[in-house]
Amino acid sequence: MNLPITWNDVLALGPIAVVFGGTLLLVVLESIVRKASPLMFWVTVGVLAVAAGCALATIGVAGTAFGGTVLTGGYASYFALVFSAGALLVTLLSPAYLLKRATAFTEYYILLLAAVTGMMVMAASNDLVVFFLGLETMSVAFYVLAGFTRQSVTSNESAMKYFLLGAFATGFLLYGMALVYGTLGSTSIAMLRSSAAAHAGEPLFLVGLGLLLVGFVFKVAAVPFHMWVPDVYEGAPTMVSGLMSTGGKSAAFAAFLLVFGADVLQSAAPIREVMAVLAALSMIVGNILAISQTSVKRMLAYSSVAHAGYILTGVIAANADGANGVMFYLLAYTLMNVGAFGVLSILETASVENVRIDDLAGLSRTRPWLAGLMALFMFSLTGIPPFAGFFGKYYVFTGAIGAGYTWLAIVGVIMSVVSAYYYLRLVVVMYFQEGSPDQVGTATGIGLASLVLPAIALLALGLLPSTIVNLTMQCF
Amino acid sequence: MSVPLPYYLALSAVLFTIGVVGVLVRRNVIVVFMAIELMLNSVNLTLVAFSSFLGDVTGQALVFFVMAVAAAEAAVGLAIVIAVYRNKPTVHLDDINILKW
Repeated sequence: MNLPITWNDVLALGPIAVVFGGTLLLVVLESIVRKASPLMFWVTVGVLAVAAGCALATIGVAGTAFGGTVLTGGYASYFALVFSAGALLVTLLSPAYLLKRATAFTEYYILLLAAVTGMMVMAASNDLVVFFLGLETMSVAFYVLAGFTRQSVTSNESAMKYFLLGAFATGFLLYGMALVYGTLGSTSIAMLRSSAAAHAGEPLFLVGLGLLLVGFVFKVAAVPFHMWVPDVYEGAPTMVSGLMSTGGKSAAFAAFLLVFGADVLQSAAPIREVMAVLAALSMIVGNILAISQTSVKRMLAYSSVAHAGYILTGVIAANADGANGVMFYLLAYTLMNVGAFGVLSILETASVENVRIDDLAGLSRTRPWLAGLMALFMFSLTGIPPFAGFFGKYYVFTGAIGAGYTWLAIVGVIMSVVSAYYYLRLVVVMYFQEGSPDQVGTATGIGLASLVLPAIALLALGLLPSTIVNLTMQCF
Repeated sequence: MSVPLPYYLALSAVLFTIGVVGVLVRRNVIVVFMAIELMLNSVNLTLVAFSSFLGDVTGQALVFFVMAVAAAEAAVGLAIVIAVYRNKPTVHLDDINILKW
Protein backbone atom coordinates (compact mmCIF):
# COMPACT_ATOMS: atom_id res chain seq x y z
CA MET A 1 0.00 0.00 0.00
CA ASN A 2 1.59 3.23 -1.13
CA LEU A 3 -0.13 6.44 -0.09
CA PRO A 4 1.64 9.61 -1.08
CA ILE A 5 -0.09 12.26 1.02
CA THR A 6 -0.17 15.67 -0.59
CA TRP A 7 -1.35 19.09 0.51
CA ASN A 8 -4.37 18.58 -1.73
CA ASP A 9 -5.50 15.78 0.60
CA VAL A 10 -5.28 18.06 3.60
CA LEU A 11 -7.09 20.90 1.84
CA ALA A 12 -9.79 18.51 0.64
CA LEU A 13 -10.61 17.69 4.26
CA GLY A 14 -12.12 21.18 4.51
CA PRO A 15 -14.18 21.47 7.71
CA ILE A 16 -12.31 18.62 9.43
CA ALA A 17 -9.00 20.43 8.90
CA VAL A 18 -10.53 23.68 10.20
CA VAL A 19 -11.92 22.14 13.39
CA PHE A 20 -8.82 20.03 14.08
CA GLY A 21 -6.59 23.06 13.50
CA GLY A 22 -8.86 25.01 15.85
CA THR A 23 -8.47 22.31 18.51
CA LEU A 24 -4.67 22.53 18.33
CA LEU A 25 -4.83 26.34 18.36
CA LEU A 26 -6.94 26.24 21.53
CA VAL A 27 -4.47 23.89 23.23
CA VAL A 28 -1.72 26.45 22.63
CA LEU A 29 -3.92 29.45 23.54
CA GLU A 30 -5.05 27.76 26.75
CA SER A 31 -1.52 27.87 28.13
CA ILE A 32 -1.09 31.53 27.21
CA VAL A 33 -4.30 33.38 28.07
CA ARG A 34 -5.67 34.14 31.55
CA LYS A 35 -8.09 31.57 32.96
CA ALA A 36 -11.06 33.94 33.03
CA SER A 37 -10.44 35.28 29.52
CA PRO A 38 -13.40 35.01 27.13
CA LEU A 39 -10.93 34.61 24.23
CA MET A 40 -11.21 30.79 24.20
CA PHE A 41 -14.97 31.05 23.85
CA TRP A 42 -14.80 33.48 20.95
CA VAL A 43 -12.11 31.47 19.13
CA THR A 44 -14.32 28.37 19.45
CA VAL A 45 -17.31 30.26 18.04
CA GLY A 46 -15.13 31.54 15.19
CA VAL A 47 -13.68 28.11 14.36
CA LEU A 48 -17.12 26.50 14.28
CA ALA A 49 -18.55 29.31 12.14
CA VAL A 50 -15.65 28.97 9.65
CA ALA A 51 -16.12 25.17 9.63
CA ALA A 52 -19.84 25.59 8.90
CA GLY A 53 -19.05 27.99 6.05
CA CYS A 54 -16.39 25.63 4.71
CA ALA A 55 -18.83 22.71 4.84
CA LEU A 56 -21.46 24.73 2.99
CA ALA A 57 -18.94 25.72 0.31
CA THR A 58 -17.72 22.15 -0.30
CA ILE A 59 -21.09 20.40 -0.21
CA GLY A 60 -21.42 20.29 -3.99
CA VAL A 61 -18.14 18.53 -4.79
CA ALA A 62 -17.98 14.96 -3.51
CA GLY A 63 -14.73 13.00 -3.70
CA THR A 64 -12.22 11.06 -1.66
CA ALA A 65 -8.81 11.86 -0.19
CA PHE A 66 -5.90 10.05 1.48
CA GLY A 67 -5.91 7.11 -0.92
CA GLY A 68 -9.69 6.67 -0.84
CA THR A 69 -9.91 6.28 2.94
CA VAL A 70 -11.69 9.59 3.61
CA LEU A 71 -14.80 11.00 1.95
CA THR A 72 -14.75 14.71 1.14
CA GLY A 73 -17.53 17.09 0.17
CA GLY A 74 -21.10 15.88 -0.36
CA TYR A 75 -22.15 13.52 2.42
CA ALA A 76 -19.24 14.39 4.71
CA SER A 77 -19.78 18.13 4.26
CA TYR A 78 -23.52 17.86 4.91
CA PHE A 79 -22.88 16.18 8.26
CA ALA A 80 -20.01 18.56 9.02
CA LEU A 81 -22.60 21.33 8.63
CA VAL A 82 -25.01 19.57 11.01
CA PHE A 83 -22.27 19.05 13.63
CA SER A 84 -20.87 22.57 13.44
CA ALA A 85 -24.37 24.10 13.63
CA GLY A 86 -25.23 21.97 16.68
CA ALA A 87 -21.88 22.58 18.36
CA LEU A 88 -22.08 26.32 17.65
CA LEU A 89 -25.43 26.58 19.45
CA VAL A 90 -24.08 24.47 22.34
CA THR A 91 -21.00 26.72 22.58
CA LEU A 92 -23.10 29.88 22.66
CA LEU A 93 -25.22 28.49 25.50
CA SER A 94 -22.29 27.08 27.48
CA PRO A 95 -20.54 30.01 29.26
CA ALA A 96 -23.61 31.08 31.26
CA TYR A 97 -24.31 27.48 32.21
CA LEU A 98 -20.72 26.69 33.23
CA LEU A 99 -20.64 29.79 35.44
CA LYS A 100 -23.76 28.57 37.25
CA ARG A 101 -22.13 25.21 37.95
CA ALA A 102 -18.86 26.94 39.02
CA THR A 103 -16.85 25.07 36.36
CA ALA A 104 -15.97 27.81 33.87
CA PHE A 105 -12.72 26.08 32.88
CA THR A 106 -11.41 26.85 29.42
CA GLU A 107 -10.48 23.19 28.77
CA TYR A 108 -14.18 22.73 28.01
CA TYR A 109 -13.80 24.34 24.58
CA ILE A 110 -10.78 22.20 23.65
CA LEU A 111 -12.69 19.02 24.47
CA LEU A 112 -15.76 20.28 22.64
CA LEU A 113 -13.82 20.95 19.44
CA ALA A 114 -12.02 17.60 19.77
CA ALA A 115 -15.40 15.87 20.00
CA VAL A 116 -16.63 17.73 16.91
CA THR A 117 -13.47 16.70 15.03
CA GLY A 118 -14.22 13.08 15.87
CA MET A 119 -17.82 13.41 14.69
CA MET A 120 -16.75 14.88 11.36
CA VAL A 121 -14.17 12.14 10.82
CA MET A 122 -16.85 9.51 11.51
CA ALA A 123 -19.20 10.99 8.92
CA ALA A 124 -16.31 11.17 6.42
CA SER A 125 -14.99 7.65 6.92
CA ASN A 126 -14.55 5.41 3.92
CA ASP A 127 -12.42 2.93 5.83
CA LEU A 128 -13.14 1.10 9.09
CA VAL A 129 -9.82 2.27 10.57
CA VAL A 130 -10.72 5.92 9.93
CA PHE A 131 -14.19 5.35 11.40
CA PHE A 132 -12.65 3.79 14.52
CA LEU A 133 -10.30 6.75 15.00
CA GLY A 134 -13.13 9.27 14.61
CA LEU A 135 -15.33 7.34 17.00
CA GLU A 136 -12.66 7.22 19.69
CA THR A 137 -11.68 10.87 19.26
CA MET A 138 -15.31 11.77 19.88
CA SER A 139 -15.92 9.24 22.66
CA VAL A 140 -12.81 9.98 24.73
CA ALA A 141 -13.60 13.71 24.60
CA PHE A 142 -17.19 12.96 25.66
CA TYR A 143 -16.08 10.75 28.58
CA VAL A 144 -14.20 13.73 29.99
CA LEU A 145 -16.97 16.23 29.18
CA ALA A 146 -19.60 14.05 30.91
CA GLY A 147 -17.59 14.31 34.12
CA PHE A 148 -16.72 17.97 33.62
CA THR A 149 -18.52 19.28 36.74
CA ARG A 150 -16.15 17.21 38.81
CA GLN A 151 -17.36 18.31 42.26
CA SER A 152 -20.75 16.81 41.47
CA VAL A 153 -21.13 13.12 42.36
CA THR A 154 -23.84 12.63 39.73
CA SER A 155 -21.56 14.01 37.02
CA ASN A 156 -18.77 11.65 38.15
CA GLU A 157 -21.11 8.73 38.10
CA SER A 158 -22.37 9.65 34.66
CA ALA A 159 -18.80 9.82 33.31
CA MET A 160 -17.96 6.47 34.89
CA LYS A 161 -20.99 4.71 33.42
CA TYR A 162 -20.50 6.27 30.00
CA PHE A 163 -16.84 5.34 29.98
CA LEU A 164 -17.25 1.69 31.06
CA LEU A 165 -20.17 0.97 28.74
CA GLY A 166 -18.63 2.97 25.87
CA ALA A 167 -15.35 1.05 26.10
CA PHE A 168 -17.32 -2.22 26.35
CA ALA A 169 -19.21 -1.38 23.14
CA THR A 170 -15.94 -0.40 21.44
CA GLY A 171 -14.70 -3.93 22.15
CA PHE A 172 -17.64 -5.44 20.24
CA LEU A 173 -17.27 -2.96 17.41
CA LEU A 174 -13.57 -3.77 17.03
CA TYR A 175 -14.14 -7.52 17.12
CA GLY A 176 -16.72 -7.06 14.37
CA MET A 177 -14.21 -5.02 12.35
CA ALA A 178 -11.56 -7.72 12.81
CA LEU A 179 -13.86 -10.49 11.55
CA VAL A 180 -15.07 -8.39 8.59
CA TYR A 181 -11.44 -7.61 7.77
CA GLY A 182 -10.59 -11.29 7.96
CA THR A 183 -13.29 -12.30 5.47
CA LEU A 184 -12.84 -9.40 3.04
CA GLY A 185 -9.08 -8.95 3.32
CA SER A 186 -9.61 -5.19 3.46
CA THR A 187 -10.94 -2.56 5.84
CA SER A 188 -12.37 -0.39 3.09
CA ILE A 189 -16.05 0.48 3.62
CA ALA A 190 -16.58 0.96 -0.12
CA MET A 191 -15.28 -2.57 -0.65
CA LEU A 192 -17.42 -3.88 2.23
CA ARG A 193 -20.50 -2.55 0.42
CA SER A 194 -19.52 -3.74 -3.05
CA SER A 195 -18.50 -7.27 -2.04
CA ALA A 196 -21.14 -7.88 0.64
CA ALA A 197 -23.27 -9.96 -1.74
CA ALA A 198 -20.36 -12.29 -2.55
CA HIS A 199 -19.61 -12.96 1.14
CA ALA A 200 -23.19 -12.98 2.44
CA GLY A 201 -23.15 -16.78 2.89
CA GLU A 202 -20.05 -16.86 5.11
CA PRO A 203 -20.89 -17.26 8.81
CA LEU A 204 -17.78 -15.35 9.91
CA PHE A 205 -18.85 -12.34 7.81
CA LEU A 206 -22.36 -12.35 9.27
CA VAL A 207 -21.00 -12.68 12.82
CA GLY A 208 -18.69 -9.74 12.10
CA LEU A 209 -21.59 -7.62 10.84
CA GLY A 210 -23.64 -8.64 13.87
CA LEU A 211 -20.88 -7.51 16.26
CA LEU A 212 -20.53 -4.23 14.33
CA LEU A 213 -24.30 -3.83 14.74
CA VAL A 214 -23.99 -4.26 18.52
CA GLY A 215 -21.43 -1.46 18.64
CA PHE A 216 -23.52 0.83 16.44
CA VAL A 217 -26.75 0.19 18.33
CA PHE A 218 -24.96 1.14 21.53
CA LYS A 219 -23.56 4.35 20.06
CA VAL A 220 -26.89 5.50 18.59
CA ALA A 221 -28.58 4.63 21.93
CA ALA A 222 -31.20 2.19 20.65
CA VAL A 223 -32.78 -0.76 22.50
CA PRO A 224 -31.40 -3.10 23.92
CA PHE A 225 -28.24 -1.06 24.63
CA HIS A 226 -30.01 2.07 25.85
CA MET A 227 -29.70 1.64 29.63
CA TRP A 228 -26.82 4.09 29.92
CA VAL A 229 -28.67 6.92 28.16
CA PRO A 230 -30.91 8.31 30.94
CA ASP A 231 -28.21 8.05 33.60
CA VAL A 232 -25.56 9.69 31.45
CA TYR A 233 -27.80 12.48 30.12
CA GLU A 234 -29.08 13.27 33.60
CA GLY A 235 -25.70 13.35 35.31
CA ALA A 236 -23.63 15.08 32.61
CA PRO A 237 -23.60 18.89 32.34
CA THR A 238 -26.80 19.84 30.49
CA MET A 239 -25.16 21.35 27.42
CA VAL A 240 -22.85 18.32 27.13
CA SER A 241 -25.94 16.08 27.17
CA GLY A 242 -27.33 18.36 24.48
CA LEU A 243 -24.29 17.77 22.26
CA MET A 244 -24.07 14.04 23.06
CA SER A 245 -27.70 13.42 22.21
CA THR A 246 -27.51 15.33 18.91
CA GLY A 247 -23.96 15.43 17.51
CA GLY A 248 -22.93 12.10 19.00
CA LYS A 249 -26.06 10.37 17.77
CA SER A 250 -25.88 12.00 14.32
CA ALA A 251 -22.24 11.00 13.89
CA ALA A 252 -23.01 7.40 14.84
CA PHE A 253 -25.95 7.35 12.41
CA ALA A 254 -23.85 8.92 9.65
CA ALA A 255 -21.32 6.09 9.95
CA PHE A 256 -24.13 3.53 10.40
CA LEU A 257 -25.60 4.60 7.06
CA LEU A 258 -22.18 4.32 5.42
CA VAL A 259 -21.32 0.85 6.76
CA PHE A 260 -24.80 -0.68 6.64
CA GLY A 261 -25.58 0.69 3.19
CA ALA A 262 -28.24 -0.63 0.83
CA ASP A 263 -25.97 -3.37 -0.64
CA VAL A 264 -25.01 -4.74 2.75
CA LEU A 265 -28.57 -4.81 4.10
CA GLN A 266 -30.01 -6.38 0.98
CA SER A 267 -27.49 -9.23 0.99
CA ALA A 268 -27.44 -9.77 4.76
CA ALA A 269 -31.17 -10.35 5.30
CA PRO A 270 -30.96 -11.74 8.86
CA ILE A 271 -29.12 -8.61 10.04
CA ARG A 272 -31.81 -6.43 8.47
CA GLU A 273 -34.60 -8.33 10.23
CA VAL A 274 -32.82 -7.98 13.59
CA MET A 275 -32.44 -4.24 12.96
CA ALA A 276 -36.15 -3.91 12.17
CA VAL A 277 -37.07 -5.59 15.46
CA LEU A 278 -34.62 -3.36 17.38
CA ALA A 279 -36.05 -0.23 15.72
CA ALA A 280 -39.60 -1.21 16.70
CA LEU A 281 -38.49 -2.02 20.27
CA SER A 282 -36.64 1.31 20.55
CA MET A 283 -39.75 3.23 19.55
CA ILE A 284 -41.96 1.28 21.97
CA VAL A 285 -39.63 1.11 24.99
CA GLY A 286 -38.34 4.69 24.62
CA ASN A 287 -41.78 6.24 24.38
CA ILE A 288 -43.42 4.13 27.10
CA LEU A 289 -40.62 4.76 29.62
CA ALA A 290 -40.55 8.49 28.80
CA ILE A 291 -44.17 8.79 29.96
CA SER A 292 -43.38 7.87 33.57
CA GLN A 293 -40.44 10.30 34.03
CA THR A 294 -40.59 13.30 36.35
CA SER A 295 -37.21 14.82 35.43
CA VAL A 296 -37.21 16.71 32.13
CA LYS A 297 -33.68 15.54 31.28
CA ARG A 298 -34.58 11.87 31.78
CA MET A 299 -37.74 12.37 29.74
CA LEU A 300 -35.62 13.81 26.90
CA ALA A 301 -33.18 10.90 27.30
CA TYR A 302 -35.88 8.26 26.83
CA SER A 303 -37.33 10.29 23.97
CA SER A 304 -33.88 10.21 22.37
CA VAL A 305 -34.04 6.38 22.49
CA ALA A 306 -37.39 6.58 20.70
CA HIS A 307 -35.94 8.95 18.08
CA ALA A 308 -33.07 6.48 17.52
CA GLY A 309 -35.81 3.99 16.63
CA TYR A 310 -37.46 6.36 14.12
CA ILE A 311 -34.11 7.15 12.46
CA LEU A 312 -33.13 3.46 12.40
CA THR A 313 -36.32 2.87 10.37
CA GLY A 314 -34.83 5.08 7.65
CA VAL A 315 -31.54 3.12 7.70
CA ILE A 316 -33.39 -0.21 7.40
CA ALA A 317 -35.38 1.07 4.40
CA ALA A 318 -32.06 1.04 2.47
CA ASN A 319 -33.44 3.21 -0.34
CA ALA A 320 -33.05 6.85 -1.42
CA ASP A 321 -36.13 8.02 0.53
CA GLY A 322 -34.88 6.36 3.70
CA ALA A 323 -31.35 7.77 3.40
CA ASN A 324 -32.63 11.29 2.63
CA GLY A 325 -35.01 10.92 5.55
CA VAL A 326 -32.19 9.97 7.92
CA MET A 327 -30.09 12.95 6.84
CA PHE A 328 -33.00 15.41 7.10
CA TYR A 329 -34.15 13.92 10.40
CA LEU A 330 -30.70 14.25 11.97
CA LEU A 331 -30.50 17.94 11.05
CA ALA A 332 -33.98 18.61 12.45
CA TYR A 333 -33.30 16.51 15.55
CA THR A 334 -30.05 18.35 16.22
CA LEU A 335 -31.80 21.73 16.07
CA MET A 336 -34.79 20.78 18.22
CA ASN A 337 -32.94 18.77 20.85
CA VAL A 338 -30.14 21.31 21.31
CA GLY A 339 -32.95 23.85 21.71
CA ALA A 340 -34.75 21.78 24.35
CA PHE A 341 -31.54 21.15 26.33
CA GLY A 342 -30.67 24.83 25.88
CA VAL A 343 -33.91 25.94 27.54
CA LEU A 344 -33.18 23.52 30.40
CA SER A 345 -29.64 24.85 30.82
CA ILE A 346 -31.08 28.36 31.19
CA LEU A 347 -33.74 27.29 33.69
CA GLU A 348 -31.22 25.44 35.88
CA THR A 349 -29.70 27.34 38.78
CA ALA A 350 -27.10 26.46 41.40
CA SER A 351 -29.95 25.19 43.63
CA VAL A 352 -32.18 23.61 40.95
CA GLU A 353 -29.69 21.26 39.24
CA ASN A 354 -32.25 18.91 37.84
CA VAL A 355 -35.40 20.58 36.46
CA ARG A 356 -38.52 18.52 37.10
CA ILE A 357 -41.63 18.77 34.97
CA ASP A 358 -43.57 20.27 37.90
CA ASP A 359 -40.95 23.03 38.23
CA LEU A 360 -42.17 24.39 34.89
CA ALA A 361 -45.74 25.11 36.11
CA GLY A 362 -46.76 28.65 35.27
CA LEU A 363 -43.60 29.30 33.23
CA SER A 364 -45.61 30.98 30.45
CA ARG A 365 -46.40 33.92 32.73
CA THR A 366 -42.97 34.51 34.28
CA ARG A 367 -40.78 33.55 31.27
CA PRO A 368 -43.04 33.85 28.21
CA TRP A 369 -40.18 33.66 25.69
CA LEU A 370 -38.59 30.55 27.14
CA ALA A 371 -41.97 28.85 27.51
CA GLY A 372 -42.87 29.68 23.92
CA LEU A 373 -39.58 28.35 22.56
CA MET A 374 -39.79 25.19 24.66
CA ALA A 375 -43.34 24.61 23.39
CA LEU A 376 -42.12 25.00 19.80
CA PHE A 377 -39.30 22.47 20.33
CA MET A 378 -41.78 20.06 21.93
CA PHE A 379 -44.20 20.41 18.97
CA SER A 380 -41.33 19.69 16.59
CA LEU A 381 -40.15 16.67 18.61
CA THR A 382 -43.70 15.30 18.55
CA GLY A 383 -43.72 15.69 14.77
CA ILE A 384 -46.53 18.19 14.39
CA PRO A 385 -46.50 20.07 11.05
CA PRO A 386 -45.36 22.65 9.99
CA PHE A 387 -42.21 22.03 12.04
CA ALA A 388 -39.18 20.17 10.66
CA GLY A 389 -39.69 17.18 12.97
CA PHE A 390 -42.79 16.23 11.00
CA PHE A 391 -40.96 15.99 7.66
CA GLY A 392 -38.13 13.97 9.23
CA LYS A 393 -40.65 11.34 10.29
CA TYR A 394 -42.56 11.62 7.02
CA TYR A 395 -39.44 10.84 4.92
CA VAL A 396 -38.17 7.91 7.01
CA PHE A 397 -41.63 6.31 7.16
CA THR A 398 -42.14 6.80 3.41
CA GLY A 399 -38.80 5.08 2.87
CA ALA A 400 -39.81 2.17 5.11
CA ILE A 401 -43.13 1.69 3.28
CA GLY A 402 -41.31 1.81 -0.07
CA ALA A 403 -38.99 -0.99 1.14
CA GLY A 404 -41.89 -3.19 2.26
CA TYR A 405 -41.58 -2.44 5.99
CA THR A 406 -45.12 -1.12 6.33
CA TRP A 407 -45.52 -2.67 9.79
CA LEU A 408 -42.50 -0.70 11.02
CA ALA A 409 -43.98 2.55 9.72
CA ILE A 410 -47.28 1.73 11.45
CA VAL A 411 -45.50 1.09 14.77
CA GLY A 412 -43.68 4.41 14.25
CA VAL A 413 -46.85 6.39 13.66
CA ILE A 414 -48.65 4.81 16.65
CA MET A 415 -45.66 5.50 18.88
CA SER A 416 -45.50 9.13 17.66
CA VAL A 417 -49.05 9.51 18.92
CA VAL A 418 -47.99 8.04 22.27
CA SER A 419 -45.07 10.48 22.40
CA ALA A 420 -47.49 13.40 22.05
CA TYR A 421 -48.69 12.57 25.57
CA TYR A 422 -45.44 13.42 27.32
CA TYR A 423 -44.22 16.18 25.00
CA LEU A 424 -47.52 18.03 25.12
CA ARG A 425 -47.87 17.44 28.86
CA LEU A 426 -44.86 19.74 29.24
CA VAL A 427 -46.68 22.41 27.22
CA VAL A 428 -49.84 21.94 29.29
CA VAL A 429 -47.87 22.27 32.54
CA MET A 430 -46.15 25.45 31.30
CA TYR A 431 -49.32 27.14 30.04
CA PHE A 432 -52.28 25.83 32.02
CA GLN A 433 -51.00 25.01 35.49
CA GLU A 434 -50.60 27.49 38.30
CA GLY A 435 -47.19 27.68 39.87
CA SER A 436 -44.48 30.05 40.98
CA PRO A 437 -41.38 29.14 38.99
CA ASP A 438 -39.38 32.04 40.42
CA GLN A 439 -36.49 29.87 41.55
CA VAL A 440 -35.59 28.93 37.94
CA GLY A 441 -33.04 30.95 35.99
CA THR A 442 -33.50 33.64 33.35
CA ALA A 443 -32.06 33.94 29.87
CA THR A 444 -29.26 36.26 28.84
CA GLY A 445 -29.45 38.02 25.48
CA ILE A 446 -26.97 35.64 23.82
CA GLY A 447 -28.76 32.64 25.31
CA LEU A 448 -32.14 33.72 23.98
CA ALA A 449 -30.64 34.50 20.56
CA SER A 450 -29.11 31.03 20.31
CA LEU A 451 -32.53 29.52 21.07
CA VAL A 452 -34.41 31.72 18.61
CA LEU A 453 -32.03 30.71 15.79
CA PRO A 454 -32.84 26.95 15.85
CA ALA A 455 -36.53 27.79 16.32
CA ILE A 456 -36.53 29.88 13.13
CA ALA A 457 -34.52 27.19 11.32
CA LEU A 458 -37.02 24.49 12.37
CA LEU A 459 -39.92 26.55 11.05
CA ALA A 460 -38.06 27.34 7.81
CA LEU A 461 -37.11 23.68 7.28
CA GLY A 462 -40.69 22.67 8.00
CA LEU A 463 -42.09 25.12 5.46
CA LEU A 464 -39.44 24.49 2.79
CA PRO A 465 -38.09 20.95 3.38
CA SER A 466 -37.15 20.67 -0.30
CA THR A 467 -34.17 23.02 0.14
CA ILE A 468 -32.44 20.44 2.36
CA VAL A 469 -33.73 17.40 0.48
CA ASN A 470 -32.25 18.81 -2.73
CA LEU A 471 -28.91 18.95 -0.90
CA THR A 472 -29.13 15.43 0.50
CA MET A 473 -30.23 13.99 -2.86
CA GLN A 474 -26.89 15.04 -4.35
CA CYS A 475 -24.99 13.05 -1.74
CA PHE A 476 -25.80 9.62 -3.21
CA MET B 1 4.96 -26.25 10.84
CA SER B 2 2.94 -23.20 11.68
CA VAL B 3 -0.17 -23.12 13.84
CA PRO B 4 -3.31 -23.02 11.63
CA LEU B 5 -5.56 -19.94 11.57
CA PRO B 6 -8.62 -21.46 13.34
CA TYR B 7 -6.52 -22.03 16.47
CA TYR B 8 -5.72 -18.33 16.71
CA LEU B 9 -9.35 -17.40 16.11
CA ALA B 10 -10.58 -19.88 18.72
CA LEU B 11 -8.08 -18.60 21.30
CA SER B 12 -9.05 -14.98 20.71
CA ALA B 13 -12.75 -15.85 20.82
CA VAL B 14 -12.19 -17.53 24.20
CA LEU B 15 -10.23 -14.52 25.50
CA PHE B 16 -12.93 -12.15 24.22
CA THR B 17 -15.62 -14.18 25.99
CA ILE B 18 -13.63 -14.17 29.24
CA GLY B 19 -13.42 -10.37 28.89
CA VAL B 20 -17.18 -10.01 28.30
CA VAL B 21 -18.02 -12.28 31.24
CA GLY B 22 -15.55 -10.33 33.39
CA VAL B 23 -17.29 -7.04 32.58
CA LEU B 24 -20.69 -8.52 33.34
CA VAL B 25 -19.94 -10.33 36.64
CA ARG B 26 -17.16 -8.37 38.37
CA ARG B 27 -18.17 -5.31 40.41
CA ASN B 28 -14.79 -3.69 41.05
CA VAL B 29 -14.26 -0.82 38.59
CA ILE B 30 -10.57 -1.57 38.08
CA VAL B 31 -11.23 -5.26 37.39
CA VAL B 32 -14.04 -4.38 34.95
CA PHE B 33 -11.62 -2.07 33.22
CA MET B 34 -9.01 -4.83 32.98
CA ALA B 35 -11.65 -7.12 31.47
CA ILE B 36 -12.34 -4.49 28.79
CA GLU B 37 -8.61 -4.32 28.04
CA LEU B 38 -8.64 -8.11 27.66
CA MET B 39 -11.43 -7.77 25.07
CA LEU B 40 -9.42 -5.21 23.11
CA ASN B 41 -6.30 -7.37 23.21
CA SER B 42 -8.15 -10.47 22.03
CA VAL B 43 -9.25 -8.37 19.05
CA ASN B 44 -5.61 -7.50 18.47
CA LEU B 45 -4.77 -11.19 18.37
CA THR B 46 -7.49 -11.79 15.77
CA LEU B 47 -6.24 -8.90 13.68
CA VAL B 48 -2.60 -10.02 13.76
CA ALA B 49 -3.59 -13.58 12.89
CA PHE B 50 -5.71 -12.50 9.91
CA SER B 51 -3.05 -10.03 8.82
CA SER B 52 -0.40 -12.72 8.84
CA PHE B 53 -2.52 -15.30 7.01
CA LEU B 54 -3.83 -12.83 4.42
CA GLY B 55 -0.36 -11.43 3.83
CA ASP B 56 -1.82 -7.93 4.23
CA VAL B 57 -0.39 -5.24 6.48
CA THR B 58 -3.63 -3.29 7.20
CA GLY B 59 -4.58 -5.51 10.13
CA GLN B 60 -1.28 -4.90 11.88
CA ALA B 61 -1.61 -1.16 11.28
CA LEU B 62 -5.04 -1.29 12.92
CA VAL B 63 -3.48 -3.07 15.93
CA PHE B 64 -1.23 -0.07 16.53
CA PHE B 65 -4.23 2.25 16.42
CA VAL B 66 -6.10 -0.01 18.85
CA MET B 67 -3.16 0.03 21.27
CA ALA B 68 -2.85 3.82 21.08
CA VAL B 69 -6.58 4.27 21.65
CA ALA B 70 -6.54 1.76 24.53
CA ALA B 71 -3.78 3.81 26.16
CA ALA B 72 -5.81 7.02 25.76
CA GLU B 73 -8.87 5.30 27.19
CA ALA B 74 -6.83 3.98 30.13
CA ALA B 75 -5.62 7.50 30.95
CA VAL B 76 -9.13 8.96 30.84
CA GLY B 77 -10.72 5.96 32.56
CA LEU B 78 -8.35 5.96 35.53
CA ALA B 79 -8.73 9.75 35.82
CA ILE B 80 -12.50 9.26 36.05
CA VAL B 81 -12.03 6.58 38.73
CA ILE B 82 -9.90 9.03 40.75
CA ALA B 83 -12.48 11.82 40.28
CA VAL B 84 -15.20 9.52 41.60
CA TYR B 85 -13.00 8.35 44.47
CA ARG B 86 -12.41 11.93 45.65
CA ASN B 87 -16.14 12.51 46.10
CA LYS B 88 -17.10 9.04 47.24
CA PRO B 89 -14.30 6.71 48.42
CA THR B 90 -15.33 3.50 46.66
CA VAL B 91 -14.38 1.50 43.57
CA HIS B 92 -17.36 -0.81 43.90
CA LEU B 93 -19.87 -0.39 41.07
CA ASP B 94 -22.89 -1.25 43.24
CA ASP B 95 -22.09 1.76 45.47
CA ILE B 96 -22.06 4.17 42.51
CA ASN B 97 -25.80 4.22 42.02
CA ILE B 98 -27.41 7.63 42.61
CA LEU B 99 -28.77 7.81 39.08
CA LYS B 100 -31.60 5.43 38.37
CA TRP B 101 -35.16 5.63 37.27
